[in-house]
Amino acid sequence: MEQKKAIIEALVFASEAPLSVERIADILTGEEKALISQALQELVGDYEERKGGIYLQAVAGGYQFRTSPDLSTWVKKLRAAKPVGVSPAALETLAIIAYRQPVVKADIDRFRGVDAAGALRGLLDKKLVRIVGRKDVPGKPILYGTTRKFLEVFNLQDLSALPTLRELKELQE
Amino acid sequence: MAYEIKLDIFEGPLDLLLYLIKKNEIDIYDIPIALITRQYLEYIEMLRSLNLDLAGEFLVLAATLLHIKSRLLLPVEEDPSTQDEEDPRAELVRQLLDYQAFKEAALELDRRPVLERDVFTRLCPVAEPNDPEDPEVFVEMDVFDLVRAFQQIFTRLDKADMIEIEAEEMSLADRINEIMDRLMERKHLTFTELIGARTDRRWILYTFLALLELMKLRMIKAYQSESYGAIRLFLAVE
Repeated sequence: MEQKKAIIEALVFASEAPLSVERIADILTGEEKALISQALQELVGDYEERKGGIYLQAVAGGYQFRTSPDLSTWVKKLRAAKPVGVSPAALETLAIIAYRQPVVKADIDRFRGVDAAGALRGLLDKKLVRIVGRKDVPGKPILYGTTRKFLEVFNLQDLSALPTLRELKELQE
Repeated sequence: MAYEIKLDIFEGPLDLLLYLIKKNEIDIYDIPIALITRQYLEYIEMLRSLNLDLAGEFLVLAATLLHIKSRLLLPVEEDPSTQDEEDPRAELVRQLLDYQAFKEAALELDRRPVLERDVFTRLCPVAEPNDPEDPEVFVEMDVFDLVRAFQQIFTRLDKADMIEIEAEEMSLADRINEIMDRLMERKHLTFTELIGARTDRRWILYTFLALLELMKLRMIKAYQSESYGAIRLFLAVE
C-alpha cells in the first residue's frame, strides 16, 4: 500500500492537469478505484498535517498540488503574474451561469437588470464559460454553461461543491 | 474629445435599489414605493448632474418604479374577481431577491482560493483546446462567415507557388449539381474536402459561388464549431 501511495503521489506531481482516479486506475492496471481514492485521501491528509507550502487539492474531478493560500504574496513575486482580473460584473454573470446552467443570455440580463454582453464575452475569452448548445425555442438562443477551467480556477471539485443559494442566504442572515 | 466615465459603484439599477433598501433599513417584502422611488430618482438626477452617462437600464427601472407607484395609488376594486390580483411590487421583489442571491454567490466565488491569485500550481504548458470532455458544439454560420473563410483561402493561395493552367470549361450549374451529388452520397462534407487538392482560382471561385447559391436556396446548411475551424456542410433537406 505504501508503495502504491508513493506511485500515486508521483503521478499527481508529474501531471499537468488535475489527475482523476480513473486515469490513475488506467495507469495502475488492475488497481481498484476505491483503494486509489483511499490512498489519495491519505495523501491529502498527510499534506494537511504537514502544514507546509503545498497542499493536495481535490479539484475539477481530479487531484492537483497547489500552493497554500497564505503564501500567495511570495509566489506572486516569483510569477510576476498578472492577477486574474474578474470584475464584479463578470463575477455576477459567472455566478448566474454557474447556478442556472444551461442558461440563455436573456435570462442573465433579466437577473442582473443590465445587459450582460460585455461580461459574457470576457468570460468566454477566459474560457470560464462556454456555449453548451441552443435552446429549443423560437430564435434558438445560445445556451451557456461553465467549463472545467471554471472548476479549476475556483478550486471546486465539481459543481455540487458550490454552496446552494439557500445556504448563501442563511449565511447572509 | 469626449471622455467616457464608467461608474463602478453600482453594478446596475437593481444594485442601486438594494443599496437604498439597505440604507433605509427597509423590509424587502414591504417596500415603501413612494420613498424609494423618490430616493432612486434623486440619485439618478445627481449622477446626471455630474455629467455621467447613465446606462439606459437605470431609466427603465425608474419607469418601473413610477408605474408601480401609480398602480398603488389606484383605488382597490371591490370586484371579487380581481381580489387575487398580485401586489404590484411582487415582481420587483422577486427580481431583487434573485439578484441579491446571485450577488452573494458572486462574492462567495470571489472569497474562494482563486487559481493564480491565491493558490498556484506548478508551471505547465497550457494544454487547452482539445478537451476531450467538451464535445464539439456546432454553431450555424451565415453567408458572411463563409465569405471570410474564402478570403482566408485566397490569402493562402496568394502565398503558394502557383502555375497558370488553361481554364477548363465549367459552369456554375455543373458545380452545384456536383456538390449536391456528393452531399447525397456522404450526408456531410467539410469545406476542405470539397475544394480537394485543386488550387486554381476558377475552381475555388465556382465552389464558393455554388455554396452561396445553395445556402441562399436553403438547400444546404453550413456549420462551424469554432472560429476558423473546419466548415461542415449538410443537406438542409433529407
